Amino acid sequence: MHRRGVGAGAIAKRKLAEAKYKERGTVLAEDQLAQMSKQLDMFKTNLEEFASKHKQEIRKNPQFRVQFQDMCATIGVDPLASGKGFWSEMLGVGDFYYELGVQIVEVCLALKHRNGGLITLEELHQQVLKGRGKFAQHVSQDDLIRAIKKLKVLGSGFGIIPVGGTYLIQSVPAELNMDHTVVLQLAEKKGYVTVSEIKSSLKWEMERAKHVLEHLLKEGMAWLDTQAPGESQYWLPALFTELYSQEITPEEAKEALP
Amino acid sequence: MDRFAWASGLLEINETLVIQQRGLRLYDGEEKVKFDTGVLLLSTHRLIWRDLKNHECCIAIPLSQIVFIEEQAAGIGKSAKIVVHLHPAPSNKEPGPFQSSKYSYIKLSFKEHGQIEFYRRLSEEMTQRRWENMPVFQTVQINRGPQAGRIRAVGIVGIERKLEEKRKETDKNISEAKEMVELSKSIANKIKEKQGDITEDETIRFKSYLLSMGIANPVTRETYGSGTHYHMQLAKQLAGILQAPLEERGGIMSLTEVYCLVNRARGLELLSPEDLVNACKMLVALKLPLRLRLFDSGVMVIELQSHNEEEMVASALETVSEKGSLTAEEFAKLVGMSVLLAKERLLLAEKMGHLCRDDSVEGLRFYPNLFMTQS
Repeated sequence: MHRRGVGAGAIAKRKLAEAKYKERGTVLAEDQLAQMSKQLDMFKTNLEEFASKHKQEIRKNPQFRVQFQDMCATIGVDPLASGKGFWSEMLGVGDFYYELGVQIVEVCLALKHRNGGLITLEELHQQVLKGRGKFAQHVSQDDLIRAIKKLKVLGSGFGIIPVGGTYLIQSVPAELNMDHTVVLQLAEKKGYVTVSEIKSSLKWEMERAKHVLEHLLKEGMAWLDTQAPGESQYWLPALFTELYSQEITPEEAKEALP
Repeated sequence: MDRFAWASGLLEINETLVIQQRGLRLYDGEEKVKFDTGVLLLSTHRLIWRDLKNHECCIAIPLSQIVFIEEQAAGIGKSAKIVVHLHPAPSNKEPGPFQSSKYSYIKLSFKEHGQIEFYRRLSEEMTQRRWENMPVFQTVQINRGPQAGRIRAVGIVGIERKLEEKRKETDKNISEAKEMVELSKSIANKIKEKQGDITEDETIRFKSYLLSMGIANPVTRETYGSGTHYHMQLAKQLAGILQAPLEERGGIMSLTEVYCLVNRARGLELLSPEDLVNACKMLVALKLPLRLRLFDSGVMVIELQSHNEEEMVASALETVSEKGSLTAEEFAKLVGMSVLLAKERLLLAEKMGHLCRDDSVEGLRFYPNLFMTQS
């Protein structure tokens, strides 16, 4: 208990202060803190009860997880902020997402040589599920997105880029501004894009289009096909797994670069 | 308000939920009643109101009781409302909270908005009158007696009941959490404005409350930032765990690598990314032999105190000079580092003026800075 000072004088002073505060309708922060402590204990007990009944549900049911997370978000509580939080400790929500984070990092690292650090949410999902094995809990795309949002905090360049109906996940600290993003979105339809397409769809000058494409090439996120009929095509390896899914070694990847 | 009857809040077979809205207060005519904070549900058959704090308290009124509805716009300090005009209560109505009322209308006050959509849906239901086509079957009532409200439901209704329970419980927890968020905001403000004279210790206690609730921490102190005792302990643990791995990796690791390493080792009770960052921020203040470093690119690393990146730059320059030029990938392979950190080192060398870049579509390549050495 915090002691402000002893003696009748100090006590009288404090009573005066309390009275003044009460008069003005405000309560000392200390009192509020005591109140919070009590409420916290009660909350903890209630949450324990809730957890004993629904912990399994959270583990097994992606839909329930989404609802739960949305509700927390509306009131300004982040159940994933800390492994030491009540939510984590009692509901086990934390471990599920933090472990998923580790798996996401590993998949992205393994495939970076091929796609330059850009991968579709679908492919990431497939690879993560493969890595987890068939007896692990099911993981939804929503789960992946939440885990990735947490990973951003670590500063290694995790980003989520909306393209078409899905998302590209960036896992390297390459600077991708709005110009880059919009070209990625354009390329999503066919897996590649040309300078003419950019000029006609986005109404950009040649220089701007080339600048953006060259940046993507440099980062290893785009590959140049100069042998395409007509003009050169810029392919995004992140987008063509469904079309050409084979494992490529780092050496093969290197040879494929211009 | 005398048209309402006590209800369980469970939907019957053939009854579907249309929309629900939180933050509803009810009025008997012009007068407020004790039902001041609840969730209002519109189904194909009824309007159901359930108290947010006390989930046992639930009342309902059949839509067939409604004569017509009108909107009442919000005003200064007043929420928007829907006025619901009602037929007189039938004589066989189930018991409810009010025996009589001098009004023939009630008001639904939307303290948390949502009235536009609700009004639209309610109007639709009033037009379609689906309750006339879909009679509801009474569920089996096994538990008679004083608790006539309790129904031992079967089948679909049983599952719905479980979901309801779950929703109720979650709602309860969420609303408690909501109260605490409000309380914590108030306390945080007071700390900022230095009202009420909170000590350093109490501040740390407060921050650990925030941590356990998962509420964003608006209070930072110079000494320990957003850290708490938990993070302090964690920082000390990390210093122990990371010493050997750091030495194996040339004294430096990216924070992402650390995250994976530590969590793989733990197996259970994993650290959140935020936990890790907050703990690492305290390394220097706690005088531990590691430190957190932030590069210009935003990449964060953990370094041994004994590690000197600037010295490493000198040896990087030698390596690059030997080979004429190197990309980050090539350098990484030669030296046995991750590409991420290799790139950071080359960028630092460039920043210090030792290397020059050649930025082309073939990638980013670094050369010794001959402008410096051969003038």
